[in-house]
Parts: sequence; structure tokens; C-alpha cells
Amino acid sequence: MTMAQEVRASDEKKLRKREWSNFLTGILFLLPSLLLFGVFLFYPMVRTVYLSLFLTSSQGVPIVFVGWDNFFALFQSTSFQLSAKATALFVLYTVPASVLLATALAVLANQKLKGIGLFRTMFSATMGMSVAASSVIWMFLFNPSIGLFNRILAALNIPGIQWLLDPQYALLSVSIATIWMNTGFAFLILLGGLQNIDSSLYESAKIAGVSDACQLRKITLPMLSPTLFFVTTVTLINAFQTFGQIDLLTKGGPMESTNVIVYSIYKDAFINYNVGSASAQAVLLFAAVLIVTVIQFKIGERKVHYQ
Amino acid sequence: MRKVELKEITKTYDGKIDVLSSIDVTIEPGEFFVLVGPSGCGKSTMLRMIAGLESITSGELALDGKRANALPPSERDLSMVFQNYALYPHLTVEQNITFGLHVKKISKKEQKVRCEEVCEMLGLTPYMKRKPKELSGGQRQRVALARAVVTEAPLCLMDEPLSNLDAKLRAKMRSEIRQLQRKLGLTMIYVTHDQTEAMTMADRMMILSNGRVQQIGRPLDVYNHPDNLFVASFIGSPPMNLIEAEVSDSMLTADGHWVMPIPNEKKWLLREDKVMLGIRPEHIKLAKESEPGFFVQVANVEVLGTETLVTFDFGEKSQWVAKWSGQYDILPGTKLRITVDNKHYAFFSVKNGKRLDRSPIPAAVKKVSS
Repeated sequence: MTMAQEVRASDEKKLRKREWSNFLTGILFLLPSLLLFGVFLFYPMVRTVYLSLFLTSSQGVPIVFVGWDNFFALFQSTSFQLSAKATALFVLYTVPASVLLATALAVLANQKLKGIGLFRTMFSATMGMSVAASSVIWMFLFNPSIGLFNRILAALNIPGIQWLLDPQYALLSVSIATIWMNTGFAFLILLGGLQNIDSSLYESAKIAGVSDACQLRKITLPMLSPTLFFVTTVTLINAFQTFGQIDLLTKGGPMESTNVIVYSIYKDAFINYNVGSASAQAVLLFAAVLIVTVIQFKIGERKVHYQ
Repeated sequence: MRKVELKEITKTYDGKIDVLSSIDVTIEPGEFFVLVGPSGCGKSTMLRMIAGLESITSGELALDGKRANALPPSERDLSMVFQNYALYPHLTVEQNITFGLHVKKISKKEQKVRCEEVCEMLGLTPYMKRKPKELSGGQRQRVALARAVVTEAPLCLMDEPLSNLDAKLRAKMRSEIRQLQRKLGLTMIYVTHDQTEAMTMADRMMILSNGRVQQIGRPLDVYNHPDNLFVASFIGSPPMNLIEAEVSDSMLTADGHWVMPIPNEKKWLLREDKVMLGIRPEHIKLAKESEPGFFVQVANVEVLGTETLVTFDFGEKSQWVAKWSGQYDILPGTKLRITVDNKHYAFFSVKNGKRLDRSPIPAAVKKVSS
């Protein structure tokens, strides 16, 4: 080996050593979150997939490997089909309405007016409220005899509705409550997005004489699109995973009309002790959320203008 | 071309502190008028008031002789270029330029024709389909200009349009904007904090400080006859050298031991105890052997090719700068003997900073005509 080659070899060795130590440092920084994710997310996920392929005992211990049988059983079960339908409807009812309502409120609250801080606080207040507390409030509102809604109907001479007990209305009622709960978070994020839009863009439009409606369509919405996209994705995933308000308001009833997938998983796993089937449902839910999100990203990318 | 008149215009946000007070100026049609001042002096606020983006607290704004205080921005028939260009990131160059033209009832065809004309004029034709983020700073600047030009508004407002560009491009755009304004016959109101821009571009300029007008005038008049200490130190690069001098027995004494005789025609100076003495860097010369002069020690030398800036210690506290044309090879620490022709002295009141003598500092403006 010549002198130059030796020097180069030792340089390379040093470089590789530094790269390796950089990698280790990086891992060290990641370790806390990796550990937490591992224990509470990655391991349960792998375990769920594993369990979904087994017939399990009432303690959740896998007994017999049954392959795809749990899945086949689910596809044939009317209960699961109802559950899937309820979930789809629930997503459809809550996501567009939540995002639209929050956008409208955010645009309103983005005005520079006296006392606007009060409205901003009010509109975002639902974010600070637990699902349980909000559900209790809505339970009172929906109460057939003393609830506010039926009183209003009575005042208008319209017969009362069994909001949470009528299969026709139950899912809608839970959806309304959910939209209200979603609004705070979506509103806050969207308001932040609106405030990030450079005011000179509007000033320039004002000098050109562009109307407010046109400014909303041509400036605000395109500039807000990354935020809208984020809010929609998060709300969508949350809608698929709704549990608390269902458990508190309807317990999946009446006649399974509000038995969304997550609630059905909970019932199968912890009430019916059928962990295999519950795991299979969880895997299917995961797949559904993944597919919908991927589709959303594919479509969204074309409409979103990142700066 | 439009005439813009501001009469006793005052602006306050909290009712206590005036951001602008009693601004009085008439901007003539076709004039390139520059508002210049340090940041926070109220120059942008004044521009935004003319545009209608800020309300006027008191006073009157008239466009072509008609009161315009309450006119919405869109009815003032003006265009504006913002400091950050205010380009729409989601629209192409072409869409950016034609944005808002539909309001003026201009047909799609006409919009396209106008846009192509403007792009041709500003060299943007190859970039018409691109988004702003795919353009360089200078190109974005041009798009912002194009958007102002395409409206064919007779009055154009610019708010520090060149401050985001590098020095070389800035010098180029200065000349381009000036030529464009002349070609289209626009009335231009241009805000800048850069005195070089003000000096090189303005037909007339207004120097603002703390919301008050310091001086209004043609660039050379302002340079040669600064009304007060602020203008003297703000306009000119490097700035005017200033030192406090005591007046006694027909002598001026600066910093204890720099003594200069008071010229005969300035005997009125004897009325003052102290004055602020100002000398432009280009008026400090190397003393010939026969001339009286002061010894100074050179602290720093900057050779710029066509001229040399020599910084030297003057007295205990202050440093002065001399500007000599040509290239000088001087080492820091060298002792030089300098002199200033006393006709170049400018005197300011120590109390209020006002210029004491109204006679101009002689300058050598050379006229060249074809």
C-alpha cells in the first residue's frame, strides 16, 4: 500500500466511525418515543394481527389457528355489515359537516373586530372538554321528556322525537353531538391557518377591487388548503375511531343502529370475550382507515397548494 | 397621471401618539416622488393612507382635486407594489398578473393581450406559466411590477419594492423602474429607507422622521441644502461629518484644540455660543504645504476603485470620513494633514438642529446637454 492509499484508508475509517457514532446518537434521541410506541402501539398491532388468525379462549389466549376464518365469518355476519354501514354513515355525517362548520366559524372569527377574542374562545372551547362531559350534556339535551330539543319541538307544536332511542334518529343524534365536539379542534387549527395568510394578499385584492366572496374563493380557500387537508385527515381518522360518545349515549343501540366498528370491537372483545373476531375487526378497520387516507392523499395532493 | 394632495394629514392609532403629524404636500402629475426615512418613521403608513388601506385621522387627501378620504381603495384608480410582492403562490405568473382585472370589466381576450404586452415589456414572457416559487427574487419583483402596470392605473404606489433584492439587482431595478415610470407617464409614490434609492430615483423627495416632515425637495437641493441635522446625517453616503464647535472671538473651537477662523461673511455666528459644524466627506482635502490644516491619524482606509474612503480620528470621540476620488495607498496609523475650504462648512443650531445659514453649501453640479 502506498502512503497516499494508507492516508485515504485511515480517513475513510475515521469517517465511517463518525457516521456510526452519529447513528447511535440519533437512535438515543429516538429511544424514548420508540420505546413508548413499541409498548403501546407496535406490539399491540402485531399481536392484533396474530390474534385475528386464531380462535381464542375467553381469556384471549389463542387456541386454534384458523387462518382467515375469522374474516370470512365477519363478511357473512349481518351484524358486522350493519356495523360497517353505521361506521361509513357516521363518517359521512360528521366529517364534512365538522370541517365545513369549523371553516365557516374560523372565517367569521378571523375578522378584526372588538371582542373577537371572546368568540374565538367560545368556538374553540369544545376542544377543552372531555368526550364524557360533552356526552352527558348532550344526553340531557336529547332527553325525550326534559331535553331542550323536544321542548323546542313542543313549542312549535311538533311531536317529540326519541332522539337516542329511535333507530331512525340515533346515529344522526350521535353525529350531531360529535360534530359539536369536533368543532373546537378543527376551528382552532383552521383559524391558525387563516392567520398565517399574508395580509398583503388581501390588501392587493382590495386595491384591485375584488369582492369578498371572490377573495374567499380565490385567496382564502387555496391558501388554507394545506390546513383544510390536515384537519380533514385527522377528523376522518378520529371519526373511524369514535368510541366514547357511542358508549355513553347509546351503547351501540337501538337495534345496533349506532354500533360502529370500534364499539363492536369493544363489545366482542370485552363483553362477548371473542378476542379473535374482535382482532379481525380491528385489522379490517385499520385497513379501511389506511385505504381511505391513502386515497385522500392521492386526491388531495392535486388540490393542495403548499407554499 | 394624477395629482395627489395631502393637506394637514395626521394619523394616530391610540389618540395619544401621532404616527404622522400635519403632513402637507402636493405630488404633481407624472412626478416620481420618494418618501424616505428610517424604519418606523411613518412612511409606509402614509403610503397606505394614500392607498386607502389605513384610515386618515384628520386632514384631507385629494386625488386630482377631489376629496378622497373615504374612497375605498378600489375606487382610487391606483396600483400598489408591496415589499413582499404579495404574489399569490397558488396562481401562475399569468394568473397573478391578470388577477382582479375582471372587476374592471376587461374581457378575457383583452386581459390576455395586456398581460402579454406587460410580460414582453418586463421580460417575463418565458415564465408566464410558472408559479411564483419557481422564480428568482428579481423575477418575482418583476411580476409584482407587471401586476401594477397591467391595471393601467395612472398612480402607482411602491412600498420598499427593492429591499428584498441583492445589491446588484437592486441597482439594476432602480434604473428599470425609473425608466418604466417615465415611459408610461405614471405618477409614482415610492417608499424606501435607502437614501441611495431616494437620491437616484426621485424627482422630489420627502424626508420623514418620527412622523414629521423634515424636508421636501429635489434630491440635489436636499443634499446641498439640508434643512436640519437629521437630513444632513441621513442623506449622503457616507454621511456628513458633524462636530460640536464653540464660538469665541471670531474663532471656532472643536473638541478643545481644533481651531478654525470664522469667515468674514459668517460673522453672524458670533451670536451663538455653540454650533454644530457639518462637512461633507468629499469636501475634506489633503492640505497643500502653503495651506493651513490639521494633523489627523488615519484609522481605516476603504479603496472602492473609483474613490477612496479614509476614516480618521477627529478629536477624542468622533471619527470622520473623507471621500477622495481616485485610488490612495494609505496605511492605517499614517498622519495626514487635511484641510477644508471654509465655504463648505454647514452650521446647525445645537438647540434644535436647524440649519443656521441659509446660503447653500456650494456644490459643483455640471450641466450636460445634447
